[in-house]
Amino acid sequence: MKPPAFVYHRPGSVAEAVETLAELGADGKVLAGGQSLVPVLNMRLAAPAALVDINRLGAELAFVETTADRVRVGALARHAQTERDEAAFAALPLLRQATRHVAHQTIRNRGTTVGSIVHADPAAELPAVLMLCDGTMELASAGGTRSVLVADFFLGPLESSLSYGELALAATFSLPPPRTGSAWVEVSRRAGDYALCGLGLTVSLDEDGRISRARAAYISVGPTPVLVDLTDAVAGQAHDAADWSAAGALAAGKVDPDEDIHATADYRRHLVGVLTSRAGRAASAHAAKAADR
Amino acid sequence: MTIDAPVRPQAPPATPEAPATSGRPGPFGKAIPRREDLRLAAGDGRYLDDLGHEALAAAFLRSPHAHARIIDIDITDALGVDGLVAIYTYEDLDGRVAEPLPLLIPHPALHAPRTNYPLANGVVNHVGEAVAMVVATDRYIAEDAVERIRVQWEPLPAVVGLPAAFAAEHAVHPDVPDNVAAHMVQSVGEAHAAIDAAPYTMELALHVERSASMPLEGKGVYARWDADDRSLRMYSSTQTSTSVRFAIAAKLGIPVDRVEVVTPDVGGGFGVKIMHPWPEEVLVPWAAIRLGREVKWVEDRREHFISSAHERAQEHTVRVGFDADGRILGLDVRFLHDNGAYTPYGIIVPIISSTQLLGPYKLGSYRVEFHSLYTNTVLVTPYRGAGRAHGCFVMERVMDAIADHRGLDRAVVRERNMIQPDEMPYDQGLIFQDGRPLIYDTGDFPASLHKALALVDWSGFAAVRDAARAEGRSVGIGLATYVEGTGVGPYEGAHVRVETSGDVVVATGLTTQGQGHETVFAQIAAQELGVPIERVTVTTGDTRRFKYGVGTFASRSAVMSGNAVAAAARKVRAKALRLAAAALAADESELELADGEIVVRGFSSSDGLPGPRIALATVAVLANPLRYAFDEEAQRATQFSGQMGATPAGDGPPVAEGEEPGLEATGWYSPIRSTFANGVHACVVETDPETAEIKVLRYCVVHDCGTIINPMIVEGQVHGGVAQGVGGALYERIVYDESGQLVNASFMDFLMPYASEVPRVETDHLTSPSPLNPLGVKGVGEAGIIPGHAVIASAVEDAEGFRIDRMPISPSELWELRRRHAAGEVPSLRRASSLQPGSSLREEPA
Ligand SMILES: Cc1cc2nc3c(=O)[nH]c(=O)nc-3n(C[C@H](O)[C@H](O)[C@H](O)COP(=O)(O)OP(=O)(O)OC[C@H]3O[C@@H](n4cnc5c(N)ncnc54)[C@H](O)[C@@H]3O)c2cc1C
Repeated sequence: MKPPAFVYHRPGSVAEAVETLAELGADGKVLAGGQSLVPVLNMRLAAPAALVDINRLGAELAFVETTADRVRVGALARHAQTERDEAAFAALPLLRQATRHVAHQTIRNRGTTVGSIVHADPAAELPAVLMLCDGTMELASAGGTRSVLVADFFLGPLESSLSYGELALAATFSLPPPRTGSAWVEVSRRAGDYALCGLGLTVSLDEDGRISRARAAYISVGPTPVLVDLTDAVAGQAHDAADWSAAGALAAGKVDPDEDIHATADYRRHLVGVLTSRAGRAASAHAAKAADR
Repeated sequence: MTIDAPVRPQAPPATPEAPATSGRPGPFGKAIPRREDLRLAAGDGRYLDDLGHEALAAAFLRSPHAHARIIDIDITDALGVDGLVAIYTYEDLDGRVAEPLPLLIPHPALHAPRTNYPLANGVVNHVGEAVAMVVATDRYIAEDAVERIRVQWEPLPAVVGLPAAFAAEHAVHPDVPDNVAAHMVQSVGEAHAAIDAAPYTMELALHVERSASMPLEGKGVYARWDADDRSLRMYSSTQTSTSVRFAIAAKLGIPVDRVEVVTPDVGGGFGVKIMHPWPEEVLVPWAAIRLGREVKWVEDRREHFISSAHERAQEHTVRVGFDADGRILGLDVRFLHDNGAYTPYGIIVPIISSTQLLGPYKLGSYRVEFHSLYTNTVLVTPYRGAGRAHGCFVMERVMDAIADHRGLDRAVVRERNMIQPDEMPYDQGLIFQDGRPLIYDTGDFPASLHKALALVDWSGFAAVRDAARAEGRSVGIGLATYVEGTGVGPYEGAHVRVETSGDVVVATGLTTQGQGHETVFAQIAAQELGVPIERVTVTTGDTRRFKYGVGTFASRSAVMSGNAVAAAARKVRAKALRLAAAALAADESELELADGEIVVRGFSSSDGLPGPRIALATVAVLANPLRYAFDEEAQRATQFSGQMGATPAGDGPPVAEGEEPGLEATGWYSPIRSTFANGVHACVVETDPETAEIKVLRYCVVHDCGTIINPMIVEGQVHGGVAQGVGGALYERIVYDESGQLVNASFMDFLMPYASEVPRVETDHLTSPSPLNPLGVKGVGEAGIIPGHAVIASAVEDAEGFRIDRMPISPSELWELRRRHAAGEVPSLRRASSLQPGSSLREEPA
């Protein structure tokens, strides 16, 4: 469990990092928190010729920025920073709700929000949050910076549209409309494990406290997070009396989970149903509270 | 997070009938904090990989196939790797190193034993079997070279799982066509006839799946060959340094006196490190000698999964006959045991299962038959509990099933079948793993049961269940008992020496993997010698310090080495009193040894003058007559010092005739047979009606391990055992696919409970001292884990209302069971249906 030799680069600025990545092309790989990459290297599942360590770019990239319409998380913001940021929490509670389920504190102290999105693990929480928030990724390369809509970002398990030579600078999460509540619910084998099934769910209410919109993003039940619009199942229903089981059934029909040693496909699909109900109730209550403010 | 366990102050045993050491004040029996913890917790431990930074590193090419012939091994590409020192394959091995590894524990029932070669000889029998050894300047380079070795394989059909092994369509070893390594039957009475004649009978199929010891530190070996001295020093992360020493001396053809094996701090063993010699334990010193260089190998996690040892997999078919009161009249257990690809450790695990299955019960008659089968998987050797968890699972599932059949309380059925205290010692009529009769020495099983029922509030649970139901929650309560044979022989020894400084140095042959031996053995020596515990240091697992011993496993260290330390310390004490009597011109019977001093008892010091007294340190000086002085203590022992008693008057020898110099002694303990601890676990679980998640709400343990040396360490052992028991019941399993690939060979997918999954453990205890050893102690190392599967199955079953007959169980599996239950494929418990209004419990004779 030792990685093969690689060349180690530690740029001091984003410009230098992008330049180095451009030179390395397909041989280069960004090292952020290392919580996913280092095990992959040690198990020799990947053998990049060079690593570009971005941990010295804190001055430029360790930010969590909240404005009127979005939260922007820089590539060197650790999960812990994102989780604890009060302004981000006030604007977008889902970010904290979900990040709390990412591994354990020690791992959240090192792993990054952006790294977790780029890594594109279908069991990871943050990619689903980005989906639910109609987010974008800012990717820098020698040729300049481009923004990729989340709908175009995740291509498959551990596969994103980040190209060789590109550095992800930040992830931007759009804020939901007023009177919106959210919840993150998941079932994992042990506290902090990747979920057997999990989802983030947002509910928006109209002025009368009726549901006007509901959406959920599911993890561990497909090759990428699965975004399901649940509005048809619950629209117009009172926030505290909605029939979430219909939403659960709707969602269960849209996922195609795999079986593995921890859970059967049917069990995962069943979880989609019951967890949708739980998240729906929690998010509605949350929305009602938001509406009160 | 830590395990939130109550560290309640333990009252000393109500009647301190036990230790010969009692009656004197001292540390024995007290909750002394573990003396090793500061070192270990502060990162000052010295584990195998902390040693030998200059050594060459070894890495192994391991088989990717479960069963294959090796057609060719091509090392050409690897030779180009910079820093490569050597590559060895089977062809390079010589002498006894080229022979199969030893069969450590032969048994007449093990009619087809097979052991592996240190490196595969033409064929591999499991994924992970070592095929080539690479030595390089560091581990990174060694792994680079391993990657470049090309092997041409001819895959053979893999035998995976007990049904396939028993069906024997394919064989693991061609000369064992039925895959049966061992077949054994033991019986007491005529079980078949008794069952046939019983008013009620039942059949159950009960399975336990494969799991494994998972010490945080894997195995590791570091060897230094001194070519001038022609001696080998070897460090191994093992549970038995003494036996590794003899094994390696024999394998490498070096005189035993030229081999030293040292066990540094060991980061856990749980059984897997009692197996020895591992291929690496032979090959690393062998290579060090050939190369004339230090060589080290440190096992990584993947290697630990695919090339150490596993345990647990057994499939049992049970027939039981019983009467209307739930008393068992006959029990017939047939089981298949998966021993993996080889049997170096013999058939200890299924033998323990067969015998310990009986627990605290007296059955009218019992017959047990097992087949131990070869599969193309990692070999099987004892893992904490060592066959007992499976046996306990079987017996306790039977108890619950009988209770359900008869509409009786589960605790009542257990009590009715229990051996009563006035029947002790009780002979179960079988032969135990030590080859001696299975005779329970002491214990009050009904009292243990009642204590557990009180602790968990068994009779108050109906209200808890109703309250939960009213909230739409589902809870269940479970119960399981066990008896554990502990302290297997044949022997352990210890050496105790008082230095001229007054410090006491204790050495024993067995090793320590974190159990707290530095503390408990010091408590015993300090108690016996009447010195403060701070003056005592303990060395374990270093053959330079103590040559003989067996090892740390099977809950044997406190019983075996504990009594050996006591025996040695008592000899030292007696010698100190003899020497002091001469020096003080007093009679030995007048002397008292306390606080590091020997004083004449009853001497009145009303005049303010101190009575005649002599420090233990001074006695050590007297016992150590020197010619040369090098410090103050030594000066007092030289021939012209004229110190009191330094040399006896006259022409006699410096120490009295018949006495050996040195205030030291060696003591031994060899039991006539195992001593039996017992206990009862009870737990409450909640099962989520929707997600089928299982949460342990309460976990109660009552245990009886005889005289307690250190209640805090006993509790710690219980807590750790419970954590592993919960792991075994709800999380851990080793999963092989049909082709023999181990699919979850990492901590990502082999799930051990985190602190967040381990319940708070509530404990209580009884003290039934063992009459078989002077300290009255019984082992406790495995107590916590044994009933884990059984008690959680019992509670989940109670919550769900249908039978649980296979462990471990995951939420997904429980949910699938619920589906089958709803579809009528899994019957309801009778008591579950009796809870439905309108139904009544029917009794139907078989
Ligand atoms: C025990 C354990 C449990 C875990 N449990 C969970 C869990 O429950 N949920 C969860 O979501 N995650 C979990 N993780 C993963 C964790 O969240 C990681 O931190 C995260 O997946 C990756 O972030 P990182 O900063 O460590 O990235 P790294 O490991 O450094 O990199 C991961 C990948 O992303 C690329 N990358 C990273 N940053 C950039 C960038 N700025 N630009 C371009 N490429 C980049 C790397 O090249 C690499 O391919 C767990 C990890 C561990 C070790």
